[in-house]
Amino acid sequence: MCLAIPGQISAIDDAERLATVNVMGVRRRVNIDLLRQEPPVEGDWVLIHVGFAMSKISAEQAEEQMKLLELLGEDDEAREEAEGYAFGATQEQST
Amino acid sequence: MRYVDEFRDAARIKAVAEEIHRSVDPGETYRIMEVCGGHTHTIFRFGLSQLLPENIELIHGPGCPVCVLPMGRMDVGLAMAERDDLIFTAFGDMMRVPGSKGSPLQSKARGADIRMVYSPLDALKIAQENPDRPVMFFAIGFETTTPSTAVTLLRARELGLTNFYVYCNHILVNPAIRALLEMDDMRLDGFIGPGHVSTVIGCEPYRFIADEFDRPIVVSGFEPLDILQSIAMLVRQLNEGRSEVENQYTRAVSWNGNPSAIAAMDLVFETRDAFEWRGMGDIPKSALAIREEFAAFDAERQIGVHGQTFPDPIEAQCGEVLKGALKPTECKLFGKGCTPEKPVGALMVSSEGACAAQYKYADVTIGTTG
Repeated sequence: MCLAIPGQISAIDDAERLATVNVMGVRRRVNIDLLRQEPPVEGDWVLIHVGFAMSKISAEQAEEQMKLLELLGEDDEAREEAEGYAFGATQEQST
Repeated sequence: MRYVDEFRDAARIKAVAEEIHRSVDPGETYRIMEVCGGHTHTIFRFGLSQLLPENIELIHGPGCPVCVLPMGRMDVGLAMAERDDLIFTAFGDMMRVPGSKGSPLQSKARGADIRMVYSPLDALKIAQENPDRPVMFFAIGFETTTPSTAVTLLRARELGLTNFYVYCNHILVNPAIRALLEMDDMRLDGFIGPGHVSTVIGCEPYRFIADEFDRPIVVSGFEPLDILQSIAMLVRQLNEGRSEVENQYTRAVSWNGNPSAIAAMDLVFETRDAFEWRGMGDIPKSALAIREEFAAFDAERQIGVHGQTFPDPIEAQCGEVLKGALKPTECKLFGKGCTPEKPVGALMVSSEGACAAQYKYADVTIGTTG
């Protein structure tokens, strides 16, 4: 539950306040309500926690975070969490 | 055996470890608490204590929300699950947490509709898909997780849902630190501040630690190098007689935190007068409850189940370990009657608890290849 997972934004749905992100090879949508102060744009990297983008980070930090998850042996758990976001299944996944 | 050279940034890690060895005063003892369970996990996973001089003692704090959840709160949640057609939802790491009559997994085996979710928004989706059934989300976590629950409740109100309830067990980091600092036999010299919590609340809220209690705190990232750098910064402050709030994790934490997240929390939640922490007892103002405006979504108000409090088993010495009076292995029950498979005390419950981490990584040793 305390994992912070890095993901890169590939599309933004402002109406639903969701962004499509690539999270460790998984495509999911995450909520971006907590980034109202610094609205994200396509290509941005974010740290994701329980389905919410919590903060914008640099590409380098994203890479560091992924390596840390691997070192801690938590990369599979992180991928599983991202895959598990049922609310964030993209349209092609839910049909 | 793993070697420092295998770490990322091995050269920098060695340099910082050497700096720490050079700078400690051999006549002093430095008792440093890492508050966050994520830090505890990294420290044990990488055997970081072994890179430190003997007179630096790392004490593992209460920063694992699953560990400090009192049994009575779990019992109330599971009593809700036994009602009629309610769907109980919670994060995966809650599923094995024992209440007095067993865990959510065991309730599920007895027929309760218990579902694991990865996000509170998943619970909301289940409520939308099951309009005829009440859906309860068992919310736990520190300020890292609380904004997500807040946004989910705002969304539930926007959608006009009438079957979605949150059982709020969100807790606050700083009142727990204050409680530790106010204990009679408190022996802590400084704190490694939580990283993810601080991305939300910023650094300013820690000022009382420095101003009222004359203890330094350094907000830290999660890499082994981050933690060592934070320890070096704390040693420097202690040697110079300073007690300040410093931020080592500047790449993710700003001084004022995330204003959108803070605003969402304030809108939905208010502070409780007191809340029980497993291993620490009642702590004033240490948890959040759902505000009156959102009462329709509050499981405690709407699904009337009354709880009971259970004292921690008398033999378990969790409180002593949390205060730093005992090391995990010095508890009478450690590994004998209290194990990660069958936890008795709070700190054995999740892999981020000090005892569980110590148990799992006891054989991690590191050496230097010169």
